[in-house]
This record gives sequence, structure tokens and C-alpha cells, in this order.
Amino acid sequence: MARIEKVNDITSGIGPVHEPQPLQARDGAAISMHGLTKRFGGMTAVDHIDLEIKKGELFGLLGANGAGKSTIIKMLTTMLKPTAGEARVWGHDVAKERNEVRSSIGVVFQDPAVDSMLTGRENLDFHGRMYGMDGPLRQKRINEVLELVDLTEKADIKMKDYSGGMQRRLEIARGLMHYPHVLFLDEPTLGLDAQTRRYIWQYIRNMNKEKGVTIILTTHYMEEADALCDHVAIIDSGKIVALDTPSNLKDMIGSDTVSLEVQSGAEALMLCLRSFPWIKSTVAANGILELMVDHAQSRIPEIMQEANKCGATITSVGLHKPTLEDVFLKYTGRKIRETGGAASLMGAMMMHRRRG
Amino acid sequence: MKQDLYAIYSIWLREMLRFFRLKSRLFGSIASPFFFLAFLGIGFGNGASMPGIPSGVGYVSFLTPGIIGMTLLFSATFAGLSVLWDREFGFLKEIMVAPVSRIAIVLGRTAGGLTTGILQAVIILVSGILLGMTMPSLAGFLLSLVFMILIAATFIGLGLAFASKMEDMSGFSLIMNFLIFPLFFLSGALFPLDRFPAAIKALAYLNPLTYGVDGLRYSLIGTSALSPVADFGILGVSCVAMLFLGAYLFETTEVR
Repeated sequence: MARIEKVNDITSGIGPVHEPQPLQARDGAAISMHGLTKRFGGMTAVDHIDLEIKKGELFGLLGANGAGKSTIIKMLTTMLKPTAGEARVWGHDVAKERNEVRSSIGVVFQDPAVDSMLTGRENLDFHGRMYGMDGPLRQKRINEVLELVDLTEKADIKMKDYSGGMQRRLEIARGLMHYPHVLFLDEPTLGLDAQTRRYIWQYIRNMNKEKGVTIILTTHYMEEADALCDHVAIIDSGKIVALDTPSNLKDMIGSDTVSLEVQSGAEALMLCLRSFPWIKSTVAANGILELMVDHAQSRIPEIMQEANKCGATITSVGLHKPTLEDVFLKYTGRKIRETGGAASLMGAMMMHRRRG
Repeated sequence: MKQDLYAIYSIWLREMLRFFRLKSRLFGSIASPFFFLAFLGIGFGNGASMPGIPSGVGYVSFLTPGIIGMTLLFSATFAGLSVLWDREFGFLKEIMVAPVSRIAIVLGRTAGGLTTGILQAVIILVSGILLGMTMPSLAGFLLSLVFMILIAATFIGLGLAFASKMEDMSGFSLIMNFLIFPLFFLSGALFPLDRFPAAIKALAYLNPLTYGVDGLRYSLIGTSALSPVADFGILGVSCVAMLFLGAYLFETTEVR
């Protein structure tokens, strides 16, 4: 399938290729996109995206600002019509069965989409009616979702007096109110403080794990995608450049890096360490010795003992594990490497790191 | 269908909540027609007859239906254009992503604009009576409500059509100065159209509000320049046409 080819194509010659997850049948997908494209004038914002997202998944679309994430979301939520290709949400075509798609989804937009002159409860009430919920069901649901996001106390305050975090929580509650099959969250924590962010992550996780809602979120915060998502697709210039679980993506980057600041005996230490097969490479520069090691945290004690034996004096130890950010930089830097070959600094560094 | 009715009600209810909550908007929208009515009415005096106004009709009686037309023109166009505010503040997305037909959204907005417009128009009517307008009959008042609805619906459609094609609010003052005010002055609201030269008079007869104001005069003070049936027919056609245009353009709008 297109999805697998895409991953193989990108990873060939760069990192270990992982077994793709077995795909469900097409009608089992919560969302499927085939050649989905959107052009604005001469600019191609989304360029032939092929992607399937399974039911029950918490899926992340990761990309820089302007990469095309929000445009994908807007097409999937029927706000924009695709220029070419097709997409189905919960089995319904986003161009031809718009009302069926709209009934299946909940959306939390990137920018606020509340009426600030109304109270939180009134905004939810409006929403419930728009989704055809009758009075008793609406009241029950409003209370439930307010409870879920801890806003019961603030329900009767006008939304203009809400903080940014409260407003976002209310919007998440609203997105869930009509029991959607799929919830879209476009940059759910953009501009929020760290604490509020953690709370919102918790809500998102609960909705997905306990309520079984399929969730698609876009973000340009790498740690957000890492903390939440089962799978992530990295989007760059309207194309998918990588697609896998966060941990597989990180594994592709390669080993952990241990940085040793060596006061004396660096040369000797380097020779000593060569005898360990688990050290994949060593680089020394400016009194810093960098070692590429798998599972580095459990190797550090051995390295320390060896340093003692060799008579080297280590003044500090640093450990860097590959993050999704490294993955992101690697994949979104790919264009330079394709055109410039070995001249690309990024590509050269990656190769060097991995092969030692 | 049931869901669409819920949606129409929901959008109407929101308009009501907003209208009564935004006190400044309520007073602001009624203030300028009221000042027109009060200052022109008092300034020209009710007794003196103006050329072109049938004898026996005081100026306040002549002016009040015109100012009611003005009130409806402004409040209805704003109601249609309020899609722009919703676009600006993001709420349009919440409306557009809901599983309701676009026509229900247009109808909900129209219902909201009609209610607030007619409420303001009735306030102006009462003000006119207090300022010396002759008391209309009950039948006349009820007939005037029909014309009020047609005027309001026409300009809600116009406002919606503009709002659907505008990306932001930058064109708003252009619409105010080059569309709304000319429509107002070219409607015969302030003085009889006979006083205009022929070319301008022809323009006035392209303006739906001309027929609305004339129909209101027939209903409320029993005098009109044209046949009330013609007023009703022409205004009715323009009302349906404008609502369809507004609904069509709104349907095709994309929310970026």
C-alpha cells in the first residue's frame, strides 16, 4: 500500500527499516486519504497525501508552521474542498458526503472559535442544538463534559473572561459533546503555559484511551507528539516525509550520545574504550569525548570505571537521547541532501553519527 | 430536518442573546435613526407642508416610515454582514463544521436579523407617534409589518452576499459609504422623489428600499407614490432574489 512504500522510500539507505504495522482493511480505517491535494492559486499547500489512520488511534501530524497540517485538517473537516484526490472520514467522502462527515467528527480549531459574549454553558448549548441534541440529553452532556475538563464552576461566566487555557479546555469539551467518532485537534496547546499543557495532554489521553475516541492532532511541538501519539506523520512542504511510531522514528536516528568532558588523559581513555564492542564510535574535540552508545544510561558506570583504570580525569558527563526533534530535523532537512549530496552538512553529520 | 429546525432556532437564539447583551450595540443602532427622525421632524416642523407631500400630511408622518426604512436597511445589512465578525473571531468555523444544511444557517441568521430589525423599527414607529405622527390603524400597522419583513430580508440577503465574498472587515467602510448611505438617500425616505432630477429618480427606482418606504407610507399614513400592490410585488421579488443570492454565495464560501 502507498503508506508502506512511502516509509520504505524515505528510510532506505538512511536507517533501519522497520516492519510496518499491519494495516486494517480500508473500511476499517477511521480516515483514509488518497492523492489528497490542495492548491491555493499557484501554491501547493498539500501535495498528494496518501495516508490511513486506524480507528482508535491517537495520531499526530507533525510539521513546521505552514507545512500543510492545518490545510489537511480543514479538508478532512469539510472546511476546504480538495483540489484533487479524495479523503474519507469514518467511511464518508469529505467532498460528497459533507453532512455525514460533519456528523462523525468533533473539531477543535487552532484559533479560538467561541462566541465570547456567551457563557461557556451557552456556547455548549448552542453546539448541542446544532448537532440535534434534545434538551435533556444536552443538559446531561453539558454537565458531563464540563466535569471532564474541570470547568463546572466557570460554566456561567462569559467566555471573554476565560483565560486562554480555560477557553481551550472548553473547546475540547465542546468537540467531545456530541460523541464524535473522530476528534480533530489543531495545535491544541498552542500558546499555553507548561502546566495547562500537561493538563490538556491528560484530557486528550483519557479521551483516547478511556472513551475510545480516534484523535488526530496537529502540532509543531515535538515533545507533544512524543508524549501523546501512537503514530506520527511528519509533514514538510505538503508531503509526508516520515511515518511511524515515535519510538521507531527515534530509533532510526541511531544511538544515544555520551559526552565526556575530560581534563586529562583523553587520548589514553579513547584507546581503552576502543576495546568495548558496544561503543559504536568515538569523536574527540576540544577536550570533549563523544561516544555513540545504545542504552547509554546503563553503560555510564562502566565508562567511569574504565576512565579510572586508564587514569583519565572526567569532570562532567552528559547524555543525549535522540528526540523526535532530531528525527524532525533529519527528515525536513532531506531536500538539501537530495540535491547537494555529500555537500549537505546535515546529511553528512547524520551519516557520520550513524556509521561512526 | 428536525436538526435543521434546531439549528435555525439555535442561531436565532444566539443572535437574541448577543443583541440584548450588547447594550451599546442596541442603543447605538437605534440612536442614529432616532436622531434623524427627531431633528429633521422638529426642524422642519410637523404642520408645514412640503412641496411634493400630499396636503394634510405632516412632515413627521411623512418622515417616520422613511426612517423605519432606514432603520431596517442598516440593521438588516449589519445582520447579514455579521458573518464577517464571526469570520474574524473564528465562530464561523464552529457554525460551518456543524452537520446542518447551509440554508438552515442562512435562515437562522435571517430570522435573527428580522427579529432585531423589526424590534428597532417598532421603537422608531413609537417614537414617531410620540413626535406627532398620525396614529396608524391596526390593519395599517399589520400591513406595515409585512413590508418591514420584506425590507429586512432583502438587505440581510445583500449583507450575506457581501460578507460571503469578503475575506476580512477591511471593505466594511466602503460598503457603508458607497452602498448603504446612497441606498438610504435614494429611497425617498427623507423627502419625495419628485424633487430629484429624472436621472437620479431612475436610480431611485432601481433601489428596493424605495418600494419598501413607499409601501410603509401606504400602510401607516395611507398615502403612496406608487400602487401598494406594485410596491409589494417588486419588493417581494427583490427579497427572494437577494436571499437566494446571499444563500448561494454563503454556501460556496470557504473557511480558511
